[in-house]
Amino acid sequence: MLNWLPENVSTYGAEIDRMFYVIYYVTMIAFILVAIAMIWFLIKYRRREGGRAKYTHGNNTLEVIWTIVPAIILVILAIMGQSSWGKIKIDMPPGEIHVNVHAKQFNWDMTYPGPDKKFGTEDDVTLENEMHVPVNKVVRIDMTAKDVIHSFFVPQLRLKQDVVPGRVIPAWFEATKPGTYEIPCAELCGFGHSGMNGRLIVHSPEDYEVWVKKTWPST
Amino acid sequence: MSEAAAAHAAHGHEHDLGFVRTYVFSTDHKMIAKQFLWLGLIMMLFGGLFAIMVRWQLGYPEEPMPGFGWVPEPYMYEGIIPPEFYNMLFTMHATIMIFFVIMPILVGCFGNYLIPLMIGAPDMAFPKLNMLSVWLSILAAIVMLMGFVAPGGHSASGWTAYAPLSAKAEYTGVGLGMDLWIISLLILAFSSLAGSINYITTVINMRAQGMTYFRLPLVLWSLFVVAILLLLSLPVLTAGLAMLLFDRTLGSSFFLAEGGGDPLLWQHVFWFFGHPEVYVLILPAMGIASDVLSTFSRKPVFGYRSMAYAMIAIGFLGFIVWGHHMFQSGMNPTLGSSFMVTTLIIAVPSAIKTFNWLGTLWGGQIRFTVPMLNGLAFVSMFVIGGLSGIFMASTPVDIYIHDTYFIVAHIHYVVFGGSFFGLFAGIYYWYPKMFGKEMNRPLGHIHFWGTFVFFNLTFFPMHFLGTGGMMRRIYNPLQYEFLKPLQPWNEFVTIMAILLGIFQIFFAVNFIYSLAKGKKAEVNPWEANTVEWTAPTPVPHGNFPEPVTVYRGPYEYSSAEVTEDWLPQTRRLETSAASAH
Repeated sequence: MLNWLPENVSTYGAEIDRMFYVIYYVTMIAFILVAIAMIWFLIKYRRREGGRAKYTHGNNTLEVIWTIVPAIILVILAIMGQSSWGKIKIDMPPGEIHVNVHAKQFNWDMTYPGPDKKFGTEDDVTLENEMHVPVNKVVRIDMTAKDVIHSFFVPQLRLKQDVVPGRVIPAWFEATKPGTYEIPCAELCGFGHSGMNGRLIVHSPEDYEVWVKKTWPST
Repeated sequence: MSEAAAAHAAHGHEHDLGFVRTYVFSTDHKMIAKQFLWLGLIMMLFGGLFAIMVRWQLGYPEEPMPGFGWVPEPYMYEGIIPPEFYNMLFTMHATIMIFFVIMPILVGCFGNYLIPLMIGAPDMAFPKLNMLSVWLSILAAIVMLMGFVAPGGHSASGWTAYAPLSAKAEYTGVGLGMDLWIISLLILAFSSLAGSINYITTVINMRAQGMTYFRLPLVLWSLFVVAILLLLSLPVLTAGLAMLLFDRTLGSSFFLAEGGGDPLLWQHVFWFFGHPEVYVLILPAMGIASDVLSTFSRKPVFGYRSMAYAMIAIGFLGFIVWGHHMFQSGMNPTLGSSFMVTTLIIAVPSAIKTFNWLGTLWGGQIRFTVPMLNGLAFVSMFVIGGLSGIFMASTPVDIYIHDTYFIVAHIHYVVFGGSFFGLFAGIYYWYPKMFGKEMNRPLGHIHFWGTFVFFNLTFFPMHFLGTGGMMRRIYNPLQYEFLKPLQPWNEFVTIMAILLGIFQIFFAVNFIYSLAKGKKAEVNPWEANTVEWTAPTPVPHGNFPEPVTVYRGPYEYSSAEVTEDWLPQTRRLETSAASAH
């Protein structure tokens, strides 16, 4: 199952994947233990002529054990999850590159502030369904939606964030590998939901300079 | 109460109510239960058909579906499903399966049938309210199906109807269909409310002499908790649906940002109902599995009280976990942390239940009957569905798997692997009492094994699809480069889903054939202890010829007090009647 995960190209993606593996192994062990116990009981205690079942209403020690052991495991999983969650969604690092994303049926509009690094000025550039970022830089995106809820999803970045009309929703990532990745919409947004797909182009530093020069020739 | 029961029973034979009062507008809880059952089974045909159509499109995108060339435009184009219709199909698949199949059968049918019979009562507390409840359900189903012929088509916003997509016709092009969807669920909410008031009152007030709360079978505990969950959560859904209808028709802006409303409000309101609703779907199956496992292991349920307390705990915690559906919604992420904690906590009572089911099997004399096989399948599939839930409870992992096929796999392990196997176990188990006929055993085995194998082959690979990142509710996976390598899995799942559907024919045939030609059932064919098995078969109006007295708990199998391995709750033992607990 694990080898179906797409390649991870984000700094925090490795933490998400590690948590995924931890839960995968914990649940797999739990399942195997339960399955072995169940199959063993089903074979061993199948009906036999003249046999009689054990008359018992339970065992309090066992009840306490199988309440506390799962509780401890789940608390550990919660604590482990919380640190990554805080890093990804709560304590966001300051962005080195800023992009505004405006979602609408059925496109992503990506707006760049241009050389003055300010939005709402003349040198802003808006590209439809194309996001250009340099590798190894913290990219901060602020997202808005025009009509319905969309969800900004980049599988390789392990980034997903719903975009809700009436709110500005922040997200961030730092890509670790140049390449072109898809940005599907992950929240049902109407008849064109399927196929609402953008492209994230992660440039090497040199390529990024070339792209900036091409987009803002005056600089 | 027992005098009333006796009087009622005595009168039962004298009444000849005529066809309409007996079969259509009946106030008899057993007939109402059967009406709920038929409603659920008929709607299951629609829900299942839509599932196969959705799978066809995902396995063979935009290819004509064989045998569907006759469906007129604009629904289908010579057998090809367009995206508009596709969205309606998955919306209605979920809506119908949840609200018109699982709820009518697990809650409506088993609740109505079992509560009076298991507590030794002649009928429900409010028989006319009960009749209102079933007819409101049927009306709701008719209104729901009418949506398909509405101009602009049926609701296409998913069963969760997230605003603003659902709140304005211009976003989907669906007008009247969405309104009918809302109205249908409003009617259904009143039906369930009437039912839950009835269940709660009946369990509290109409228990036979000696039937204390801790002598109730666990299936009744589950239905009791479910009724309380519905009573507390449905008004919230009703309010939300009314607000959504106002936004659509009266120009209000509860969920529309441009008018000062908030789309996230709908999600909070919906999931405050929606999460308890998930437990409404699974708790009765847990109860049925507990009864079935105990009966066919010939052993008392292991840890009866922990089982009852675990269900109460699940019911309570079910109200404070709704935010786990909204981790990526834009809700304050700090709130997400607290919902992660409550969600992980709710796994504890589920684990307790699983271990107690294993404890029930331990040391038993296990009889592999058809209801037992379905009950065992429930336990094992619920374990998988419960464990896969831990992935999405963990907030960082949920970032990646939220709204992917991992979630689709999880919900189907819980709702098909859980609720449906519970539902099948219940039908196979109580059919002889309900209809006075035995179901065919070989057909039952074929149905069970086909369902069990193809269920897993259909839904387990969806974990791979979700891990690969495939989003829910997309029309055509081939529109995405990163999903193309996964397409063989989509095709495989589709073929398995069709086979899973084909095996359900064995159930339908068995159900109808046994009704007509089945062997006459004995009064207590499974040698079970609970009170319903002491009523004559077929159960007369008023249920019990004599007032019922209960002497012990429901699971006294293999007790040393008697030579047989079962000891009915109502059997009076001369030697130990005083000391029985």
